[in-house]
Amino acid sequence: MAEATSAPILTLRQIDKFFGDINAVERVSLEIQEGEFFTVVGPSGSGKTTLIRLLVGMDKPTNGDILLRGKRINDVPANRRPTCMVFQSLALFPHMTVGQNVEYPLKCRNRPKPERRERALACLKVAHLPESYYDRPVTQCSGGERQRVALARALAFDPEILFFDEPLSAIDFRLRKTLEKELKDIQRETGKTFVYITHSLEEAMVMSDRIAVMRNGRIAQIGTPREIYTSPNSRFVSEFMGEVNTLPVVVDDSGEVVCESLNLRLPLPASLPRDKRSGSLVIRPEDLRFARDGEGLIRGTVFNEYLLGSRVQYQIRVGATTLLVEQLRDTDTAMLRDQSVALTFTPTESMLFLE
Amino acid sequence: MTEHTVPLTGAPVSRRATALTPPPAGVWCALPMILLFLLGFLGPLGMVVLYSFMPRGSFSPIGRPTLENYVDIVAQNFHISFGWSLWLALLSTAILLLVCYPLALAIQRASPGRGILITVLIVAPLFVAENIRLQGWVLFLDKAGVLGGSLQALFGWELDSLVNNVPAIVFGICYIYLPFMLFPMLLGLASVPHDAREAALDLGASRWRLFRDIELPLAAPGILIGSLLCFVISLGAFSEAKFLGKGVIVTIAQDIESAFTFGQNWPRGSALSVLVILIAGVAVFLAMRQVRLENLLGRR
Repeated sequence: MAEATSAPILTLRQIDKFFGDINAVERVSLEIQEGEFFTVVGPSGSGKTTLIRLLVGMDKPTNGDILLRGKRINDVPANRRPTCMVFQSLALFPHMTVGQNVEYPLKCRNRPKPERRERALACLKVAHLPESYYDRPVTQCSGGERQRVALARALAFDPEILFFDEPLSAIDFRLRKTLEKELKDIQRETGKTFVYITHSLEEAMVMSDRIAVMRNGRIAQIGTPREIYTSPNSRFVSEFMGEVNTLPVVVDDSGEVVCESLNLRLPLPASLPRDKRSGSLVIRPEDLRFARDGEGLIRGTVFNEYLLGSRVQYQIRVGATTLLVEQLRDTDTAMLRDQSVALTFTPTESMLFLE
Repeated sequence: MTEHTVPLTGAPVSRRATALTPPPAGVWCALPMILLFLLGFLGPLGMVVLYSFMPRGSFSPIGRPTLENYVDIVAQNFHISFGWSLWLALLSTAILLLVCYPLALAIQRASPGRGILITVLIVAPLFVAENIRLQGWVLFLDKAGVLGGSLQALFGWELDSLVNNVPAIVFGICYIYLPFMLFPMLLGLASVPHDAREAALDLGASRWRLFRDIELPLAAPGILIGSLLCFVISLGAFSEAKFLGKGVIVTIAQDIESAFTFGQNWPRGSALSVLVILIAGVAVFLAMRQVRLENLLGRR
């Protein structure tokens, strides 16, 4: 993992990008370390694709500076930058063979044919494609093979930073899981700086050293996957992580947090501001546990059960509210429909956001 | 192909018959076109071929076949007209390639609204008959025409006639056939994926390399079809040489016309036509082979 000791390879200072009146990227500042797997994650329309286009050099920022190893590269066009990108559509050249595609960046540098071939074969190997694919037309490759060709082509470029614009989004689930892990392995083996863009925080969690969560053109939070998971700084980030229980709360005059829908009162943590009166309580399904009689904080009835492989998810009705609860499957607490249950959670595992 | 096509309800086919054995509706639908093609295209073509083997000056398609018309064409100086027509066709196709490529790129990159505006402006002249447009250019370019007259009236410059020469003919051909190059070329360029361009640039390609390695090969089918259209049509160019050239040269189309009219020698006109059709056929054959090759290498 990249320690923040060395100078950053890429620095963004107060980047703005306007399209007409629309502020697609707003005052984004961040530093990416050499050899890091950095992921920008956000819902569609959050500005992440705009941001990567600025970083690759296909668009220019309206304001702010992009520095590569301390040198300002705002005005350097994409074909002069020592970085390259794997496109969402992969953007393979359909009239070329796999080999010609992979060799293209070397052809642009007028490298001799034997050297190009040697390097292309080496890159195909890194991307787990057999040498026999060298002469195959890309149009004859499957979806997963094309991913590998696109990756090999980008590796052949030997970029200082390799950018990825959601290349795995069109791939089926199982292959995607395989490729995610392979990508992380390749990043470790090559030691290159990878900057990855995705709308899936789950994907980001698997691969990244650090994650930046984007929302409405701004960065909502930057941190390691663990930091983002354990201490999200906003309701948006906490909800973006996946299915969570979000419940409205108010702070009463005595300084206690009241969650009416669960009939629950909690002390207001000292870290939160005293002046705000309402907000939300976010509890992850896996942080809710079934309690023994008399110990539960919340009482409800089992409404439905979903088997998620190694885990089981329950929908628990508490008055008019439905809570999601997730348990490991081997806990022999087989629940029946309409059974009354008591739930508990450790308040420190819950997240309270006041607005 | 069409076996599975279900006839539309209300078609003049009895319902019961449809239920038992579905008639090949596609064939019925295509029948008018097939008849028109047979009677209107292949029929006359066959007649032309037949006449080209009839004795000189004969008006009947029935007679002892002979090659004397072809011998005449070789013996007399028809190669000059052939030469001019081929040269004009090649030259104008080359000029149109150079003119239309940047134009097509500009249209493609313009905003949709502006692209449509430019397209409409280019298409608009097609609504006026070709001969009238050419006469307009004659009036504009001739001695004391709109251009020369205006220059003389405003600045006192004497301008000689700009028509009655070969460049004027080439200009006319390029002017008339520009859309035939432009639109297939636009289609060709539209089939170049935008992100393939961006990816090439991102991988370090220069503008020139992008053009040579990505744009040209991917747009090749459209460009080739455009060139083919322009070449074949301008091979038969007639009015341009007649109006803008006023007889400085004679194209093969003019020879054919005069053989059928003044010359009253239908077999000779037919033989000349057959030769022109052969040249065009060879061009089409060569070009289509390239297009198929392109498809083989690229998308399938």
